[in-house]
Amino acid sequence: MTEPRTVPMVDVQGVHKFFGELHVLKGIDLVVERGEVCVLLGPSGSGKSTLLRCINEMEQISAGRLYVDGELMGLREVTKKDKTVLHRLSDAEIARQRSRIGMVFQRFNLFPHMTAVQNVMEAPRQVKKIPVAEANRLARKQLAGVGLTDRAEHYPSQLSGGQQQRVAIARALAMDPELMLFDEPTSALDPELVGEVLSVMKELADSGMTMIVVTHEVGFAREVADQVVFMDDGVIVERGTPEQVIGNPTEQRTRDFFGKVL
Amino acid sequence: MNSMSRSDDPRVVEETPNLIEAKPVPRPAVWVWAGIVIFLVLGLISSLIENPNYRWDVVSEYLFDPRVVRAVGWTLILTVAAMLVGIVLAVTTAIMRMGTNPILRGVAWVYIWFFRGTPVYTQLVFWGLLAVLYPRISVGIPFGPEFFSFSTKDIVNALVAAILGLGLNEGAYLSEIVRSGLNSVDKGQWEAATALGMRRSTVLRRIIIPQAMRVIVPPTGNETISMLKTTSLVLAVPFMLELTFVTNAIGNKTFLPVPLLIVAALWYLFITSILMVGQQRLEAYYGRGFDGELSQPRKVKGMSRRQQAILSAGTVHDSTNVDVTP
Ligand SMILES: Nc1ncnc2c1ncn2[C@@H]1O[C@H](COP(=O)(O)OP(=O)(O)O)[C@@H](O)[C@H]1O
Ligand SMILES: [Mg+2]
Repeated sequence: MTEPRTVPMVDVQGVHKFFGELHVLKGIDLVVERGEVCVLLGPSGSGKSTLLRCINEMEQISAGRLYVDGELMGLREVTKKDKTVLHRLSDAEIARQRSRIGMVFQRFNLFPHMTAVQNVMEAPRQVKKIPVAEANRLARKQLAGVGLTDRAEHYPSQLSGGQQQRVAIARALAMDPELMLFDEPTSALDPELVGEVLSVMKELADSGMTMIVVTHEVGFAREVADQVVFMDDGVIVERGTPEQVIGNPTEQRTRDFFGKVL
Repeated sequence: MNSMSRSDDPRVVEETPNLIEAKPVPRPAVWVWAGIVIFLVLGLISSLIENPNYRWDVVSEYLFDPRVVRAVGWTLILTVAAMLVGIVLAVTTAIMRMGTNPILRGVAWVYIWFFRGTPVYTQLVFWGLLAVLYPRISVGIPFGPEFFSFSTKDIVNALVAAILGLGLNEGAYLSEIVRSGLNSVDKGQWEAATALGMRRSTVLRRIIIPQAMRVIVPPTGNETISMLKTTSLVLAVPFMLELTFVTNAIGNKTFLPVPLLIVAALWYLFITSILMVGQQRLEAYYGRGFDGELSQPRKVKGMSRRQQAILSAGTVHDSTNVDVTP
């Protein structure tokens, strides 16, 4: 790594996002350090998913800059005669940037025509061109990591929601990402299945993975988060340690929100 | 009601209930209709057998005539080749229409608009006349220098013209089927695959198309059956080796058109029957018409485990307007 150690894993600078007329992100600044777990909280519609989707370039930002591991995302700055011009990156370059970021969705989005192990192997094979035998070995290791060794040959429809979400986590980890994004990973699960997914996520956090997690699980935020960010209406209202933001919020909007949730 | 006292007494509960044995509602109309249908069918059969105009002796004489059998072969070749051309064009144009390049989207739209909007007969005549309209085809810069050229009739002979004509027309219809198939796959599948760093072409090939097959394949089987009979139009080119033309020609020469029409019809029926069996197998394999939420793994007969898994996941939504038949 030629980058100095001071470069944060995620550096969001003044990001705005419009959907047509709708102003969804209104100047977001956010720094997530290497190995840090950042939990995003906020009411529905506040722009949490949009922020995650901007970080892995599923949405193009309208203004601002977004860096992952010091690399400008989606754009290239070309300086010619003191003038800086922005160029959009090609699909291939965006795909390369994305492959370093793992994403886990609320609705799992496993590939239904592939078994668990095939789901996990797919991206290493197709994107990194890893040979089948090697990809299979790595995939089984990832499945073992989420406690699903004995479910490798099952199709997603033969797995419980919690098991499916753990396969989805293994699938993202198989690409060896530097950053993991979770968008309400337990919201689609029956209450008794939430725990198994959260404990896999906690293990991942303990192993030093940089994570940004959108969730309504305040207990998880208290226990695992290094930084809690409270968003409302497209802005970051309050940020800090879990004790500060959840335990002792200073903003009225934050207090109102936790008053309802807790 | 004395249900309270009954359930209090265990001996009464164990007694078998008095099963209802009632006579069904009489349905005299069923018998009347059955009688009418049997009467009509017998009449039809006797007319087929006893009417000398059908000349069943001639039918059996020509059914396996080498010329007729060879014509059946050509009809099958035309059907398969035209469907292959159509499928390649359909997949290409469907992907073009879903893409972000406005030029390619426009080209695909115009192709579908034109080839669906004009009669296939006219298109076949046009392909047959190509060598007259353009005696030489040259490759070069428009209004500029020419790189090489060839005589049109050397390349686009009657067979090629027939296959091109049928295939280009079919591709326009299939394109809509393929497109609705691709659109029927859940958006989350695209998101998950692109989030893993897969390119568009990889996502289509590995993730979307395998799931869309369930929606695409059954109507394509339907189109194949339809194509079998559309091949009879290639006399417009003119291509003169397929079944309808050959049997017509024999019928005209021998002044016995009716028995030779029957010969052709029997062959079409025979091949269609085989295709229908194949079609049924395909539909069973892809589990069409079954509701994913209700079906249990391995419960549906003839359906593969993989297709069952796709179905149960509910990521593919049946669209109601995919059965397009020209
Ligand atoms: N693709 C889109 N097109 C238009 N509006 C969108 C789109 N995605 C999200 N939005 C809108 O942006 C706002 C924020 O949505 P979202 O980021 O999903 O919020 P959250 O995840 O915090 O619930 C909502 O008002 C939503 O309707
Ligand atoms: Mg959301």
